[in-house]
Amino acid sequence: MNSAALALNLNAVLPELVMVVAAAIVMLLDIPNRRGRAPTKAWLPWVALAGVLVTGAVSIWLLGQPVTSFQGMAIHDERAQALNLVVLTGAALSILLSVRYIPTVNQQTGEYYTLLLLVSTGMMAMGSATDLMVVFLALETFSLGLYILAGLSRKSLRSNEAAMKYFLLGAFASAFFVYGAAFVYGATGSTRFDLIAVTLFDGKADLPLLYIGVTMLIAGFGFKVSLVPFHMWTPDVYQGSPTPVTAFMSIGTKAAAFAAFYRFFAFALPTEQATWGWALAILAVLTMTLGNLVALRQSSLKRLLAYSSIAHAGYILVGLATATPAGIDGALFYLISYAFMNMGAFAVVILLERQGEMDADGERLKGLSRRHPQLALIMSIFMFSLAGVPPFAGFFAKFFVFAAAVEGGWSWLAAIAMLNSAIGAWYYLRIVVDMYFAEPADAAQIEPQQVSLPLTITLGVAAVFTIALGVLPSLWTGLVQSGVVSTLALR
Amino acid sequence: MALSIPYLLTIIIFLPLLGAAVVMFAPGDRTKKWLALATTLVTFAVSLLLWTNWQQGEAGMQFVEDAVWFAPLGIRYALGVDGISLFLVLLTTLLMPIAVYFSILYVDKRIGPYMALMLLLETAMIGVFLALDLVLFFVFFEASLIPMYFLIGEWGGQNRVYAAVKFFLYTFAGSALMVVAILIVYFSTGTFDIVALQSTPMPVAVQTWAFLAFSLAFAVKTPLFPFHTWLPDAHVQAPTAGSIILAGVLLKMGTYGFLRLAMPIFPQAAQQFGPLLATLAIVGILYGALVALMQKDLKALVAYSSVAHLGYVMLGVIAMNAQGVSGSVLQMVNHGLSTGALFLLVGLLYERRHTRMLDDFGGLWASVPVYTGLFLVVAMSSAGLPGLNGFVGEFAIMLGAYNYMPIFAVLAAAGVILAAWYLLTAFRKMAQGEITNPANDKQHLKDLNLKELVMVVPLVILFFVIGLFPNLFFDKINPSVEAMLETRTVLLQQGAAAQMPSLELAEIVVTEAK
Repeated sequence: MNSAALALNLNAVLPELVMVVAAAIVMLLDIPNRRGRAPTKAWLPWVALAGVLVTGAVSIWLLGQPVTSFQGMAIHDERAQALNLVVLTGAALSILLSVRYIPTVNQQTGEYYTLLLLVSTGMMAMGSATDLMVVFLALETFSLGLYILAGLSRKSLRSNEAAMKYFLLGAFASAFFVYGAAFVYGATGSTRFDLIAVTLFDGKADLPLLYIGVTMLIAGFGFKVSLVPFHMWTPDVYQGSPTPVTAFMSIGTKAAAFAAFYRFFAFALPTEQATWGWALAILAVLTMTLGNLVALRQSSLKRLLAYSSIAHAGYILVGLATATPAGIDGALFYLISYAFMNMGAFAVVILLERQGEMDADGERLKGLSRRHPQLALIMSIFMFSLAGVPPFAGFFAKFFVFAAAVEGGWSWLAAIAMLNSAIGAWYYLRIVVDMYFAEPADAAQIEPQQVSLPLTITLGVAAVFTIALGVLPSLWTGLVQSGVVSTLALR
Repeated sequence: MALSIPYLLTIIIFLPLLGAAVVMFAPGDRTKKWLALATTLVTFAVSLLLWTNWQQGEAGMQFVEDAVWFAPLGIRYALGVDGISLFLVLLTTLLMPIAVYFSILYVDKRIGPYMALMLLLETAMIGVFLALDLVLFFVFFEASLIPMYFLIGEWGGQNRVYAAVKFFLYTFAGSALMVVAILIVYFSTGTFDIVALQSTPMPVAVQTWAFLAFSLAFAVKTPLFPFHTWLPDAHVQAPTAGSIILAGVLLKMGTYGFLRLAMPIFPQAAQQFGPLLATLAIVGILYGALVALMQKDLKALVAYSSVAHLGYVMLGVIAMNAQGVSGSVLQMVNHGLSTGALFLLVGLLYERRHTRMLDDFGGLWASVPVYTGLFLVVAMSSAGLPGLNGFVGEFAIMLGAYNYMPIFAVLAAAGVILAAWYLLTAFRKMAQGEITNPANDKQHLKDLNLKELVMVVPLVILFFVIGLFPNLFFDKINPSVEAMLETRTVLLQQGAAAQMPSLELAEIVVTEAK
């Protein structure tokens, strides 16, 4: 029996392995930082960043050589690598945001970066899992890390509350997920996606049992990506967590959970598409409508971005509801665009925060363009992009996802989504109005101690890619090869 | 053949963008101002090459450029110009230096961003007229919102923020459904190519939905009654240069959209909804004129007159016959020139007196004869006096409307009378009678100086050129219009003869879902 027969191809988990090694290095480097001495503390973020970049390079190298391994429990295809790149983008940018920020919240930066890398590992594993048990493992890996990260500011009540709430509701959602997985196993006799699909295809599955299970799985996933009605935790946790963590959460969690979501439905339940397509479409409509409507009334910037992220989850779900390759590739483009524009928006929030506050009121944007014209300009780019105005990335993100919807015959869903984006334009525009046309408020000052080179780099990278992906969307689709494949024109 | 340049259209579109970047980083307000003016002048000069290198009599697209933009969905970076778009491009490049020069003279606040935004706007506007790909068209169409929004919101009048937000949200919401319609069109024909789509048959159900969505976007932009309510706000609040561009060019993106996309691509649906749209156009003509008659603010008067004038343009477009369409194309240019000139003159007066209320004036003939004389010419051009540009376009549109449905021509003629009425009333209040307010007398009010004449006179000369030698323009417009109408007729006949299996949209949805 050789290794080929074992079907153990380590390439399938290479990015995750590299990431774990990086996390271990960070942890080891942190050992001397005890009892007031901190010889290696300044290196930690850069080592972590290097780990992320190396993992990204590995992911790009693995593009175009799909492998399945571990007896079909994990697959590494273009979409898994694309998902890795989204998560890594989020991780890299939030590490840059953390350099100055995290020490003000918690001195144990070694733990922070280690956890961040391990959370990323879990998220990446979500994208390559093809077995419910692996999905669950990955889900718990990144969730547990995020619970700790959310409560990183131990002395802040709000942060504690956020961690507690996230943990309790998250545990609840995990329970739902496991229970749902058990039902699916009971209905089909397997947790492996391909075997579930075969059982379904042969008509041997116990359908009522399966539907109960799938409903519970949707609840579990829905919690992670904050779909309505599982979104209640989102604003509080977003507001209470340290901002770089919030930023990372808004991108990584969404990307990972959507990836697993897609794999499960497309690989395990292809025959049931007609049923769950509708369920997802209805969830999408609820999610984006509620997210947008509630966002209209928020004054805290982090809560506003929380509801906006709920709305964006709704748009992305449109791509998944179609269940076509174009839909999932559109969703991936959406996620990478969202990673850049949302990271940028959170970076601006960080600049507006006061010491130890971990949130900023919308009032602080008033007249920002007078005091900090460059910052206002960059923030406007993010806001227009989030609203979906060309020539920014947010436009093509919506365009590709909705193209998939129309191609799949969900034109009405695309129409509702577009009308929603018009509602969304209102609150993004309000931010721009405040920055440019409102009388300067005294509070419209950036916190000088938050200004740092890494943060400036984050802003710059985010802005450049928000524009670049909007002008040349093929930068991304060309990289991940598969592209938004338009299979058949509707005739 | 004069000088020929490769990638001419790309250069025309992106020169202003380049200029905007340079202006942003240039030191000193003076340098910024003159760099911006130089950019627009160079762009204008380059765009004149379109005229000199024009293939006379050629109906199709000229100076075509075509490159893949996004392969998986077949989105292309395709540009071209024909008789329909040629003059709109030239109108844009001509009005821009005038608007920029006006701003050089009268705008002091944050001049760098101001000029950069003006130049960005020019890029977006020219892009709309030159795009031959639906997605590219849409990108430029939407991108034009951002600079205009900032121009109104930052440099506008008292109520500018409200006007800017209303402008943005109205037009953004209006075109939201157009994205879906574009996609539906793509997936039922397999192309975003605007020219190809004009000869591609489509199921009637698809046509109907797509036509309605396109129409909504363009009706808001045009604006067609009852979607016009953003326009008076935006116009009254916009800075003068913004008004010139808004009325002169931006509104044409709506009528151009109807003419280039909505009407020829969905001929059956267009035929079906034609009378409805024509009725809205007529209501716009009469309503706009009547409201203009009641205005006390000169700028609001011109704004409402735009609603009326674009009603004519729409009428000609909807008629979809040679006279109507050619007239509309010319009338778009005419409206751009004469309304641009009107806003310019109103702006010049405002800079002197800081009021636009008609009641504050009177007897300007005596104090500022040159200004008043020019105002009269411009007003006459706008009212459609024979010998001036407005007449030619309106007359052709009337002919077209008559051939379409005589009743519309009759009602539209009533609008012509109203137009003469409100313009002359305004002129009477402003220019004639005694000088009642000392601020209007010769000592206080200065007549136009050379710098200001430089802006107004070229427009006035063009009024006469178009009015007296319309064939100079029709010769270039007509072949393209006729070709487009022919393609459309063929498409309509095919549709009628073959009785294409008209899939209900619901049916398509079902088949696609499988």
